[in-house]
This record gives sequence, C-alpha cells and structure tokens, in this order.
Amino acid sequence: MKNELTPIDILLVEDNPGDSRLAKEALKDSKLKNNLFIVDDGEEAMKFLKKESPYENVPRPDLILLDLNLPKKDGREVLKEIKTDDHLKRIPVVILTMSKAEEDIFKSYNLHANCFITKPIDLDQFIKVVQSIENFWLTIVKLPNEAK
Amino acid sequence: MTTNQNPGTPINILLVEDNPGEARLALEALKESRLNNKLYIIEDGEEALFLLYKKGKYADAPTPDLILLDLNLPKKNGLEVLSIIKHDTRLRRIPVIILTISSAVEDIIKSYDLYANCYITKPIDLDKFTQVIKTIEDFWLSTAQLPPENNGNP
Repeated sequence: MKNELTPIDILLVEDNPGDSRLAKEALKDSKLKNNLFIVDDGEEAMKFLKKESPYENVPRPDLILLDLNLPKKDGREVLKEIKTDDHLKRIPVVILTMSKAEEDIFKSYNLHANCFITKPIDLDQFIKVVQSIENFWLTIVKLPNEAK
Repeated sequence: MTTNQNPGTPINILLVEDNPGEARLALEALKESRLNNKLYIIEDGEEALFLLYKKGKYADAPTPDLILLDLNLPKKNGLEVLSIIKHDTRLRRIPVIILTISSAVEDIIKSYDLYANCYITKPIDLDKFTQVIKTIEDFWLSTAQLPPENNGNP
C-alpha cells in the first residue's frame, strides 16, 4: 500500500495538446506529489495500461483522466475495455470531455466510469476543474493503489 | 426515514448509514448547500434495496441521483448492496460513494472491484466529517455531471 510520500501516478488520455498542457500545469502545483503520464490516443492508452511496448516499465496508474473523443480508439471503447478487465477495472476513471450530451453521460456511468466531468471552455475554469479533481481524488478519496 | 427538502427540483441523495449522529451531521451539512437537494436516510442494507426497487412504502420514492453508502450495516452489508446495485442494469449508473470507518486495503479494493465510484474513509473528528460531506456535495453536485434518468434519446 502506498504511503503519503509515494507519488500518485495519473494517466491523462487527451489528444488536445493545449488541454494536456493546462492539466500538467495545474497538477504540477498540487500539494500532493504526482507523476502525470500523457498519451494522446486510445490505442496508446491501452498499450500503456497493458504495459505493452514501449510501456513495459510504466507504473499502473492510480487514476485515469479520460477524454471521450480520441483518435484511433474512442474513449468510450477504452472505458469499456478498462472496466471489463479484471486487473484494470478497479482503477478510477474520470471522464474529462468536451461533451455534455446526456447520452454520453448516461452511457459512461453505465459502463462504470467513476465520474463524468464536462471540460469548461474557459481556461481558468478548466484549471479550477483540474484542481477540483486533484482536491477530491487525491486527498479525500482513498485510491485502490497497491504496493508497487 | 427522514428527509430534508429545499424548494425547487432537488437532486435526490440516498444516505445509507446506521449511525444516527453521523446521519444527522450529513443532513445538516447538506441543508446548507446552495444546491437544491433532498436527502433520504436509510439505516440498513435491506431497507436501502427496498427504496431502490420501490417496494412497499417506497413505491413513489424517486430513484436517487447519488448514493452515500456505509459498509458496516445491519441486515445486509454495504458490499452486498453495492454489488446488487452495480450488477443491475437499471441502477448501475447511479454513482455510489462508499463512506465508511474502514481504511482496510481489502475493503478499498473490493469496493472498487465492485464498481464503487469512489471510496472515502470517514474522519472520526466531527468537524472534519462535516467538511468531507461538503466536499462530496461540492464535487458531485457542482463539478461532476450526475447521470440523467435515461440516455437522452427521445
């Protein structure tokens, strides 16, 4: 079990470089040590999670931030694969997407997304949301991290 | 069962908690929310399922938008209730926040494996407990989107 000094590993699956840059900046200021890994399509995300080449030595993430609209493999498909995999399903997946469509919200929760957040368009608000995620998921919530 | 209602269309929250002191604190904390919410408090796992399946006196109870679930409950424990909810196609979309005394790794992992949306260990300190309820309210009622009743298709 990780102690307070072990950094939390976060996987961000985001194809918009502006958004991933913002998220990186927001999380850098976190009072909790964290390592942010960024991949920009759904296929890379699954390779990372399955530790397939070139990701043989990456840690298993403690938290995944997942966009829905991704190249190569759609975020909805990635979510489904994660949540039906016995080893991966316990990892909390926060959907972080432009969409606010009811259908996307409904389907994501139905596929066992841990939570769904619509990205604000405003950049300051976006940073606030990332900090809100950090405040809730990294400090209040107990994550299912195991000894690594 | 006790409820707290603010005017307007409320967000319905189900709290499954057998400690009346903590239930009371949660009620007070949520009453102060600027967001309209209605809290249903149920004290055991069986009763929680009656409400969710709208049995007997709960025939007209709304489906909760969010569930706060203790693990140590009389009659039916929290993990069993969680498992039933998350394996039911009609209920599984409802976010379930485990809110419990236990910080045992086994409980945490089992809960996430059963698709708990998140797991929070209750602080013993009552002020901190109130703060946690407010943080839950702030995150789940403002930052996050809660699932709609249906998939949005007419």
